[in-house]
Amino acid sequence: MANQQASNAAPAEIVSAPRRRLPPELSILGVMIGMMLLFEVLGWIVVGQSFIANPLRLKIMILQESVIGIIAVGVTQIIIMGGIDLSSGSIVGMAAMIAASLAQTEGVSHAIYPALTGLNPFFPVAAGLLTGLLAGAINGSLIAWTKIPPFIATLGMMVSARGIADWYTNGQPIGNLEDSYAEIGVGWWPVIIFLVVAAIFHVALRYTRYGKFTYAIGANPLAARVSGINVERHIIIVYTLAAGLSGLAGIVHTARAISGQAGVGVGFELDAIAAAVIGGTSLAGGVGRMTGTVIGTVILGILTSGFTFLNVDAHYQEIIKGAVIIAAVVTDQYRLRRRRGA
Amino acid sequence: MLSPTTAQVVRESGAIPNAEYLLEVANVRKAFPGVLALDDVSFRLKRGQVHALMGENGAGKSTLMKIIAGIYQPDSGSFRLKGQEIRLNSPLDALQYGIAMIHQELNLMNYMTVAENIWIRREPLNAFGFVRHDEMRRRTQELFDQLDIKIDPEVEVRDLSVANRQMVEIAKAVSYDSDVLIMDEPTSALTETEVGHLFRIIRTLKAQGKGIVYITHKMNELFEIADQVSVFRDGRFVGEQASADVTRDDIIRMMVGRDVTQMFPKTVVPIGDVILSVKNLTLGKRFHDISFDLRKGEILGLAGLVGSGRSNVAETIFGVTPATSGTILIDGKEIVMRNPAMAMDCGIAFITEDRKETGCFLLLDVLDNMQVALLRTRGVTAGFVNERAIEKLCLEQKNRLRVRTPDLGEPVINLSGGNQQKVLIARWLMTNPRILILDEPTRGIDVGAKAEIHKLISELAGQGVAVLMISSELPEVLGMSDRVLVMHEGRMTGIVEREDATQVRIMELASQ
Repeated sequence: MANQQASNAAPAEIVSAPRRRLPPELSILGVMIGMMLLFEVLGWIVVGQSFIANPLRLKIMILQESVIGIIAVGVTQIIIMGGIDLSSGSIVGMAAMIAASLAQTEGVSHAIYPALTGLNPFFPVAAGLLTGLLAGAINGSLIAWTKIPPFIATLGMMVSARGIADWYTNGQPIGNLEDSYAEIGVGWWPVIIFLVVAAIFHVALRYTRYGKFTYAIGANPLAARVSGINVERHIIIVYTLAAGLSGLAGIVHTARAISGQAGVGVGFELDAIAAAVIGGTSLAGGVGRMTGTVIGTVILGILTSGFTFLNVDAHYQEIIKGAVIIAAVVTDQYRLRRRRGA
Repeated sequence: MLSPTTAQVVRESGAIPNAEYLLEVANVRKAFPGVLALDDVSFRLKRGQVHALMGENGAGKSTLMKIIAGIYQPDSGSFRLKGQEIRLNSPLDALQYGIAMIHQELNLMNYMTVAENIWIRREPLNAFGFVRHDEMRRRTQELFDQLDIKIDPEVEVRDLSVANRQMVEIAKAVSYDSDVLIMDEPTSALTETEVGHLFRIIRTLKAQGKGIVYITHKMNELFEIADQVSVFRDGRFVGEQASADVTRDDIIRMMVGRDVTQMFPKTVVPIGDVILSVKNLTLGKRFHDISFDLRKGEILGLAGLVGSGRSNVAETIFGVTPATSGTILIDGKEIVMRNPAMAMDCGIAFITEDRKETGCFLLLDVLDNMQVALLRTRGVTAGFVNERAIEKLCLEQKNRLRVRTPDLGEPVINLSGGNQQKVLIARWLMTNPRILILDEPTRGIDVGAKAEIHKLISELAGQGVAVLMISSELPEVLGMSDRVLVMHEGRMTGIVEREDATQVRIMELASQ
């Protein structure tokens, strides 16, 4: 590179020395740590306790958010690709019902499928995942082939999938789940599942062709097409995988709750989008990282957990959470504009 | 800011009554980052005259017009309307003063009615502040009667043909009671009959004492409708003539006047076998019956005015917009190009016209921008990108093309236009193309990078790559090409050999 600089005679262009770039997650990580410290200080002032030095609280906080985190892993990829997914919460509910119905213990009265009780947990898990994948394939195909906006396509799926979840048992919860199935939600498992899928897709986004194409389509779909990328096929793949992750989230949720309920996952789609956006994923597409989303998920968890710890009214919690999401998007816009202006 | 009082005064011609010129623009200069768009340009418009502006693409016509319409503000120079010195700060300002522009890309609201479009922001209101639709309709009808336009004021604009939309735009401009009307290639989308109607309207307006600035690329229109003609070249005013006193050749000479310098390092290389053969290629109404052969080592220039269908031909060969009829043969084998991936499999590379729209991934870094086309077929093991190997390839390209960037991790948006173009060229060279299609390869980039790109194109041809090069710059086409294919309004008007290719000959074929 040095010899090239020497040969560069044009004075109009200034070649600066290669700079080290700090990973963009650092600022979000800073926000996360700052928030924890804030709650720590407020904790001592308001309730005379430490926020951080309470392992149980931190465990519950992370456990609660891991279902959102699993969804956010998928939603992040969709947003990077320039799309949006409103249906993930409903897909969680639909997959939860279908998985739970195949996970009931033997001999329970009023089983959904009396002949299919006491199954190996493989079957309910596979059914839940397939439900998600199928819904995602429909989302993706609609967007890729009919060219309707992702907002509309997934809005339709959001309503329909919730309808299926309700219709499946007429709104009745499904209880008496097998212990072997419920194990999925015991202890640290939900967190481990969240971190494993986050790691898998982190690698996929950073180091595979799948990831490169996802960023390329989000950054400029026209240029992606002219570069020979099969944009339609890729859109379908990403939406399918993302909804598969929502299905997985539904399985984890039912296993934790040891019951399937049709109302599961209402509003999760927005929390997942919030986690991605707080984590630095740009709604304009082409920008975002999985590590940011993991931090974004934890930030959402800290907010919920911290306000509960301070005995802040649940309504106030929601109000403040909304403000944090807006702040994140405003920052995102500002960052983008600064980069464009450069 | 808006100064309605001055505007009012000037409108009523109170300033200097019967000033000889309606509009006088003198010594105007306008620079954009990297380009001097207008250099000491002057322009005068008389009452009741149609004054044509001519020049190649990039000559400065559009910039001048946008200054007159208040869209751009000049860096220096004077601006007089009816003898009164004024300053326009916005298009709205210009409208207040009675200067209206009819844009090439029409600016109507598709889902509103014709009447609503014309009276937008000036709707007649009743005592309660509601819009009086009947009155609006009546006024529109009155306006249409005056201009002999037959369109229902209540119909939605999206249901109108392009020609009718143009009429609505003109009526809207007239409705401001404007004295100066600016028309930017108004006939580019019109049929013969529609052009006739437009000219009748223009003559009516002339008779009412309005001045019309008329931008066109078409010679025959110039002689039919214009009284005066001003020619521009490279941001400079070349000359003004009464259209009755000049011939078509005079104008062409004024337009292209510069010498073709040997800044294009075209080297004579052996020309090989036909590699790409196109027969009667047609895409709907965009272009018809395009046929040519392209040989190894040959540079075929594709000339024509903007909108003549040049880029569409390139896009169709590359499978972006599949042809509606005709055939494409690669090495003598017919291939139905359905998508860019197929074209890439045939060894075709395509550097598009619009770097920002269809070329670069602006937010991504240099490495990602360079590797994207390669990844489809190479550099990937079991889905994983071989980062080291690809980075090495990209570095080689970066050094070979002398891309000026701190490193491969720099977002492409921070690079200059010339370097962005080099990144795109690198993207495609990495696919080892046998056929290279370049659409405006040097548009908007500085002279140094331009020469480097020209040299590279010659080198590639020397290595046996077949090159199809679209360009609006005649010197570039003439300097680089072995042969030049000229298009006009979607049709081939001829293929000129290098020996016979002159600017005048090509302009003749391109403008008819």
